Amino acid sequence: MSSLSWQQAVYDVIKSGGINLIGYVPDAGHAALINSAKADDAMHAVVMTTEEEGIPLCSGAWLGGMRSLLLMQSSGVGNCVNMLSLQRSARFPMVILVTMRGEYAEFNPWQIPMGSTTQAVLELCGFKVERVDSAADAAETVQAAIDFAFNSNVGVAVLLSQKMLGRKKWVE
Amino acid sequence: MLERRTVVARLLENRDNAVVVSGLGSPTYDVAAVSPSDRNYYLWGAMGGAAMMGFGLALAQPDLHVIVITGDGEALMGMGSLATIGANQPGNLSIVVLDNEHYGETGMQQSHLGMGVDLCAVAAACGFTQACSVTTEVELQTVVSTFHETTATKFLLVKVSPESPPRVMPTRDAVENKITLRRALGTA
Repeated sequence: MSSLSWQQAVYDVIKSGGINLIGYVPDAGHAALINSAKADDAMHAVVMTTEEEGIPLCSGAWLGGMRSLLLMQSSGVGNCVNMLSLQRSARFPMVILVTMRGEYAEFNPWQIPMGSTTQAVLELCGFKVERVDSAADAAETVQAAIDFAFNSNVGVAVLLSQKMLGRKKWVE
Repeated sequence: MLERRTVVARLLENRDNAVVVSGLGSPTYDVAAVSPSDRNYYLWGAMGGAAMMGFGLALAQPDLHVIVITGDGEALMGMGSLATIGANQPGNLSIVVLDNEHYGETGMQQSHLGMGVDLCAVAAACGFTQACSVTTEVELQTVVSTFHETTATKFLLVKVSPESPPRVMPTRDAVENKITLRRALGTA
């Protein structure tokens, strides 16, 4: 399965899951999803200055009856920590897709501290975490995360592994 | 100088079916005191998140006026969200900052807004076409007269006296508040 096709499959389950709002801080691994969201008239695509903004964005949308989802890089999870108390206090359904850095073939050592603690931080904050290492599992896992979050009022994060996403090209 | 609870009462007296998100601390007590409603969401934490919470609500409920009432310290912590909201211009969202130039909840320490920072200019620079500072009764009256017209994203910085009226405490149960508001909006 090509990298493009798993991203299209993920976007398809986002649509079939009734999501109408995607908040994001850009990452190369999310580029195709972001492009799909921006090209879709039925999707609000909101670029944020920091990932932290996404937690109240999704919470407010849910109060108003809209399903939403967040895209961020592993470093962005650290920016969300106190704000995640909003999800936990109110039991807002929430889905975060996280592209991982700081692991497979990482070039930039500055990505390692947050990347190596991303899953633990999310779990400490009460999120359920699923990790995807194979492109073939991506869409099914995201679909399960959407069902889990919105049926059971929980926060669910899907970690997309750096090995699956492919090496970042540092020299063009 | 304007009194915070009077300001909130005047802005919300004709709120009709508007939804209100209150920032933690005094704004939550102010909204609970003068305009209790099932259409309020009272924050007791998530500092810096009030404006974005209102933005999410405004996107989900485009036909309702969504009003964020918060303090200067809370607004400063979420200053980046002014850029996010300004880039999107939801016409049905109003952000009201009750600016007493202090962190009232923690012992009245001075905030940046008492040290020369102009948050209204920040909002204007972020694209809020209706960004204005309100310091007098006459200015408040002008603002109140068009406050519920949802034609442009509003940012109001209202200078209020640094006094703390008696606390009126709404529910601190965020789940209960969620269910109450969603039922009121018919989204539960």
